[in-house]
Amino acid sequence: MWRWLHPYAKGEATYRLLGRWLPWLTGSAVLTLAVGLIWGLLYAPPDYQQGDSYRIIYIHVPAAIFSMGTYTAMAIAALIALVWQIRTAEWAIAAIAPVGAVLTFIALFTGAVWGKPMWGTWWEWDARLTSELILLFLYLGVIALYHAFSDSRTGAKAAGILALVGVVNVPIIHYSVYWWNSLHQGATITKFEKPSMATSMLIPLLICLLGFALMTAAFVCQRLRNEILRQELHRSWVQQELDQ
Amino acid sequence: MSFSGWNEVINMGGYGFFVWLSFGVTLAALAALMIHGLITRRSLQQQSKLQQQRQQRLARRKQQERSR
Repeated sequence: MWRWLHPYAKGEATYRLLGRWLPWLTGSAVLTLAVGLIWGLLYAPPDYQQGDSYRIIYIHVPAAIFSMGTYTAMAIAALIALVWQIRTAEWAIAAIAPVGAVLTFIALFTGAVWGKPMWGTWWEWDARLTSELILLFLYLGVIALYHAFSDSRTGAKAAGILALVGVVNVPIIHYSVYWWNSLHQGATITKFEKPSMATSMLIPLLICLLGFALMTAAFVCQRLRNEILRQELHRSWVQQELDQ
Repeated sequence: MSFSGWNEVINMGGYGFFVWLSFGVTLAALAALMIHGLITRRSLQQQSKLQQQRQQRLARRKQQERSR
């Protein structure tokens, strides 16, 4: 297996592999999201307590779940980069962080807009909301550190350390609704028991989750390809690639 | 469909503003992320072109010096 993986430590092989994946990821993400969101917006039944406002769940929950999932992926890339010094992993940190930051922003924003009619407030300094806001700052910190040094390897190392230290925040976000009294409701689907949601609402949510996963992967592909080109701009294969 | 007409879809049972605001801002944020990626590639293309021109200029100058 390690022999099979080895060429992907080099930029060009990874760039080509991602290029083969990108159109499929993009196409399937657009298709899945269109089905899931239209189903959720128009065809799922209204909630008996929250009426139609609950439809925000179809972007809020996938964005929130993948804001944490993406962070975990970034921390794994940082671990690989710090332990094995693999440059592709360093670049993955830079590729993943902006995508995660946008997902976190979406989770926070849709949460606030959902909170206004349901809780009567846009924002509350409670555990779940605050820890998710810290996640946004961690992402921004990783991006800033990565670009803060004229030597990009130093920047990647600094960003990687922050990414690894910050991973402690991920379980805090997940368990915050159990550890502290919170306005935020408990887990609906990310638990081991039966999901506490009607099937007619759950199926479009699962489709949206799949769509967000594919979309996140497509964005990371796009940005990692760009980062590989940026780092290897002086190589002849990059010049040939960009001349087309 | 759980609505009987587009007016009801826009109204969202009185929550239209909140539902469509969250969907709109989400779409805008994702579009911005995608456009930023495309712009980055375009600017890399320009940088690569400049670099190639510089290399060619250097090579030409070296040749001139040698022929002198």
